[in-house]
Amino acid sequence: MATPLVEMRDMSISFGGIKAVDHVTVDLHPGEVVGLLGHNGAGKSTLIKMLSGAYQPDGGEIFINGEKATITNPRDARTYNIETIYQTLALADNLDAASNLFLGRELVSPLGLVDDAAMEAETRQIMGRLNPNFQKFSAPVSALSGGQRQSVAIARAVYFNARILIMDEPTAALGPHETQMVSELIHQLKAEGIGIFLIDHDVHQVMELCDRASVMKNGRLVGTVNVKDVTDDDLLGMIILGKHPHESEAA
Amino acid sequence: MTDTDIRPVPVSRKNPIQQLELDMRLLGMVGAFLVLCVGFDLITDGRFLTPRNIFNLTIQTVSVAIMACGMVFVIVTRHIDLSVGALLATCSAVMAMTQTAILPEMLGLGLNHPLTAPVTILVGLLTGTLIGAFHGWMVGYLMIPAFIVTLGGLLVWRNVGWFLTDGQTIGPLDQNFMIFGGINGTLGPTLSWILGGLAAVAAVILQWNGRRAKEKHGFSAKPMWAELTLSGIMVTTIMGFIWILNSYEIPTARLRRMFEARGEVMPEGFTDTYGLPISVLLLIAVAIAMTIIAKRTRLGRYIFATGGNPDAAELSGINTRLLTVKVFALMGALTALSAVVASSRLANHTNDIGTLDELRVIAAAVIGGTALAGGVGTIFGAILGALIMQSLQSGMAMVGVDAPYQNIVVGAVLVIAVWIDIVYRKRAGIN
Repeated sequence: MATPLVEMRDMSISFGGIKAVDHVTVDLHPGEVVGLLGHNGAGKSTLIKMLSGAYQPDGGEIFINGEKATITNPRDARTYNIETIYQTLALADNLDAASNLFLGRELVSPLGLVDDAAMEAETRQIMGRLNPNFQKFSAPVSALSGGQRQSVAIARAVYFNARILIMDEPTAALGPHETQMVSELIHQLKAEGIGIFLIDHDVHQVMELCDRASVMKNGRLVGTVNVKDVTDDDLLGMIILGKHPHESEAA
Repeated sequence: MTDTDIRPVPVSRKNPIQQLELDMRLLGMVGAFLVLCVGFDLITDGRFLTPRNIFNLTIQTVSVAIMACGMVFVIVTRHIDLSVGALLATCSAVMAMTQTAILPEMLGLGLNHPLTAPVTILVGLLTGTLIGAFHGWMVGYLMIPAFIVTLGGLLVWRNVGWFLTDGQTIGPLDQNFMIFGGINGTLGPTLSWILGGLAAVAAVILQWNGRRAKEKHGFSAKPMWAELTLSGIMVTTIMGFIWILNSYEIPTARLRRMFEARGEVMPEGFTDTYGLPISVLLLIAVAIAMTIIAKRTRLGRYIFATGGNPDAAELSGINTRLLTVKVFALMGALTALSAVVASSRLANHTNDIGTLDELRVIAAAVIGGTALAGGVGTIFGAILGALIMQSLQSGMAMVGVDAPYQNIVVGAVLVIAVWIDIVYRKRAGIN
């Protein structure tokens, strides 16, 4: 098989003696969507935060395109074109959409001052593609609806040419219409060759959107399966009982 | 939950006030300030709004207003600084000893030597910045709450100042140093007019540059009449302010002494006016610099982002710990600058200099619309807050209200102002 885009090998992290992630190995290929499933507290978000630079692993190695990567903070992750859409969205509510989109990567004028007009223009452009109804460019994001806030967070990940995209429950706060929009976006990004880790609770959605699924329970990896080889019930069994279904394990 | 309710609002439906795109909260504060001024003027039979009183009001406000600018950043990042009054005393003591003892004895620079004032101010700024950075390091890296760090600082620096001077009043200070003291250093009418004119031109150029930038990217600018109205208001305000300060005549006796000091005789019927005080010019420079930092630099953007959502800021790759050090260091530098103004206005360093200033500074920032929850605040608002507090205090003194009553009123105004702000934000749907 070709070199994976991302390989997280034997990752471990503990908080106060509790092993939140315990020797977990997952990988991701270009143009692939890998679902990460598990109960609350299974360690999905923690695992992924080691990739996005928010947490420092106690053990394990990360390889990007087969080369060992050192990710000690979110800025490092960004240099590897890893973008994350957090469950909490990680938006500064008091700032407008453009300021949030470019937070930490502001466009500056030749004098070194932030160029708000240029950033707003870029924001208008990308929002025109992602969410054409979006109009509140000068309002703080606290004044936006859940779906609009979500589209700002998505725009931030997409704008900077992500090659590896982490989506932590991207549809948790959305209505059916907006969930559909996110699904379409995932298909589109996948077609562009971007690798996506999708953290989700919803087994049906994982079955629909993902190529493979890795299931975690109590910080351990139960197993990784090809989605087309398993049923909803198989996945649920893995999540709830930690039981690996027959021999359908992916390579 | 769909976006169908968010259609672009047709321009014609906005009322004229909205088209000006002014901040309604600031407008309300300006209104309150004007009502206050006119009210006191009526009660005092026109003694409040005289050039002389306005001149005094501005120079009395400078010290607190400079620090309030720094306090905005501190409060926006969800911290507090209770030590500014005490730190002001330490900076003032360091500068007093530098110019009266250390420089004359060690470098042989006497009082009033041209180098004394610049070196002294540099030493003072360095002291304030380092102590502020130290506070910020304890808050950011050692994770001690800012309230505790600066409460400790309040006790420490007040008494470090005492030790440096053995509790004595130090004076007189260097002549060149004292030009920052308000009435001891003014620009005179001609220079004031020139500066005012330049400022007015600069303000209008900046405004039109902003409009051009928006048009370049093809999104809606304000209607032309709104831009012109704003330009008009700005120019009128700047030139009006200069005109008022230029109308305050130097008393004849003082003028005569000034001529005598130069060994000349004052011509009969000679008059001159003070013009813009250098301390006020300093405040204006600080206000402009701080506004640029807040609105147009990455540092400012990160300060507000961190105040709005510290986790989001960190996940965006912002080093929020180092940011805390920078914010407190800036507060320290501005406190040192205030120490220059405060001690040169008194012409001495005294032990109790800056006492209770921390509370005035915090009150000014909060009355000016800085939210203690973080993420919200403006430099202009904080300065206006300082001006409102000072006007209340000196207005009441002028009316003849006893000192205890003055403090009761100021305290009540602080609480009521914040309450009105909360009600307004709820109504307007701003968090």
